[in-house]
Amino acid sequence: MPEISGFAFPNDIHVHWSLMIVMYPYITGFVAGSFIVTSLYHVFGRQEFKPIAKLSLAASFCFLLIAGMPLQLHLGHPERGIFVMITPHFTSAMAGFGLLYTTYLVIVALEVWFVWRQDIIEAARRARGLKRSLYKAMALWTYDSSPEAQEVDHKVITVLAGIGLPMACMLHGYVGFIFGAIKANPWWSTPLMPVIFLLSAAVSGIALLSVVYQVVSKLRRAPAEEPTVSALARWLWFFLILTITLELLEIIMLAYEKDESWHIISQLLTTRLEFSFITVQMIIGGMIPLILLGIVVMANKYMAPRLRNGLTVAASLLLLLQVFSMRWNVVIGGQLLSKSLRGLRSTYNPELFGREGVLMAIALFITPFVLMFLFDRLLPIHKAGEGAVPGEAKTGSAHV
Amino acid sequence: MSDTQYPAPAEAGAPQEPARRDFLEQGVKLASGAVVFFAGARALASSGGGAPGPKDNPFGEEYDWNEHRYAYVIDTKKCIGCGSCVRACRAENDVPDGFFRTWIERYIVGPEGSHVDSPNGGIDGFPPASVAFAAKKSFLVPKMCMHCTETPCVQVCPVGASYRTRDGVVMVDDQSCIGCGYCVQACPYGSRFLSPKTHTAEKCTWCYHRITKGLKPACVEVCPTQTRLFGDMKREDDPVRKIIETERVAILQPHLLTEPNCFYLHLDKEVR
Repeated sequence: MPEISGFAFPNDIHVHWSLMIVMYPYITGFVAGSFIVTSLYHVFGRQEFKPIAKLSLAASFCFLLIAGMPLQLHLGHPERGIFVMITPHFTSAMAGFGLLYTTYLVIVALEVWFVWRQDIIEAARRARGLKRSLYKAMALWTYDSSPEAQEVDHKVITVLAGIGLPMACMLHGYVGFIFGAIKANPWWSTPLMPVIFLLSAAVSGIALLSVVYQVVSKLRRAPAEEPTVSALARWLWFFLILTITLELLEIIMLAYEKDESWHIISQLLTTRLEFSFITVQMIIGGMIPLILLGIVVMANKYMAPRLRNGLTVAASLLLLLQVFSMRWNVVIGGQLLSKSLRGLRSTYNPELFGREGVLMAIALFITPFVLMFLFDRLLPIHKAGEGAVPGEAKTGSAHV
Repeated sequence: MSDTQYPAPAEAGAPQEPARRDFLEQGVKLASGAVVFFAGARALASSGGGAPGPKDNPFGEEYDWNEHRYAYVIDTKKCIGCGSCVRACRAENDVPDGFFRTWIERYIVGPEGSHVDSPNGGIDGFPPASVAFAAKKSFLVPKMCMHCTETPCVQVCPVGASYRTRDGVVMVDDQSCIGCGYCVQACPYGSRFLSPKTHTAEKCTWCYHRITKGLKPACVEVCPTQTRLFGDMKREDDPVRKIIETERVAILQPHLLTEPNCFYLHLDKEVR
């Protein structure tokens, strides 16, 4: 039984939204954040993101494929999960999930198809046997690779990315809305919540790609493009500044207004969430990356690639932790305080095994990377030899 | 789509409307077909049938839910904290241990501080308490689902498993509830929980199985001091209706505008 300090309503001592509900916004954050990166190239024409445009689209797609899993794992009746899709009750924010998720999945799947269409056609022509049939089916038996067709593809990609970007923002903003629109819980109920979620999604997506890009470059023995790393660091810094500002503003507003809930929320932050909020979310995950990225951005031209790569990856890894702790502090923190506003329950420790346990969460985090590996086997994310050091490409490439 | 439904193109100059209307009709039929299909799938999956439609009377001849609108009154001055109501609720509704459809809170208040507790929901009454400040008043407050008119819990249910009956009771259809817990988070009064037995949301139903037979909820039935009163706002001579209409009654957390149908007499500012 959890320990209670103060008085909690007797039913308020349970953490019904477990680690899986922490994982859900964490994963959809990667979906939205990665899509923002791919759109920076496809929609806004930022050439420095060209080397990772395919990588980020693949990442967004692979994380999206498992985005519904944590929800499904959390349900008391997983076999009824489909009801949200087929009999949605539209006054519920949660009922929007089916519609948003499906629409976005279709858009991303289409964009993937158009982006890789030429590769699919080429593979269909080259491959033999069963593999050939597979690629022919994936090409939808359309093999037009004329410059005119490619021009059309390019236009379609721009349009899809243009629709996909607001959809990605909505998919993730909606996750923030689920919490922000609960008037019963003062730690959640703020219109800032969807915005904070969205900005931290951008942070997590860019941080993830900064790390993955360096790892992929190492695997391919092709040095990471300097302008790409610099641009990632720059955008990461920008979104981090916005995120931290809003996360602090939310607290400062509550404190300054001396809201009726401030008494209990200040206790929550300084006792139960002292480590995960103050230490991890604000200092280790917030201030330190802010400084590291600030150095990268402001001293960029004096910086050796090795140092820049190192600082960016270090900051990105800390930010992956920061965003996780932010999700944790919102989801779990909101359930540690009772709606009596008079009591807090003891910290929630997730189980290790079981469908809502720590191992499952780790498996969920790893799965998209496995999917990305399979994706790369099927639809190469980098063309063989592209950007690689001559002579090393063939032996070192991850997918040859 | 046979040829008879899609006639050959009309001659030039002839109005195009019928063809378009045909198309729309087909579209509507297709869409409604899809709705029926999904509704059927849902009905099959839930195996308990959907919620009754507005014109249905799910109770047969004996009871008409259009003729009642229930309300509840709690007089906090009368509660002695015996816990009978909590025990009766547990027995009547098979409430799982550690969870509560109703509970009692004890308030001990002085100028320098306040103390609130509810040991095991007050099910065994209240042991003597000592506080570190000079207590000036103490009182007991029974709590339960407020059966709000503007229910946050019904609003957030993603599948419509939480609903409000026509006679004013908020209920959960345990055949459709997916156990997401969103309603538990949305209830400002802490009245809901996810049952470890059924893995669905559970809450006070005002003993709906009793009140639709003309009986009182179990908690009201056993209350020895008439702290808890249950009545019908559609009955002219109802004592509960009279209290709500003529006395100064209060509701919990009025700023949230949930419009509770559970009213309190002699409520203190300390109570939330």
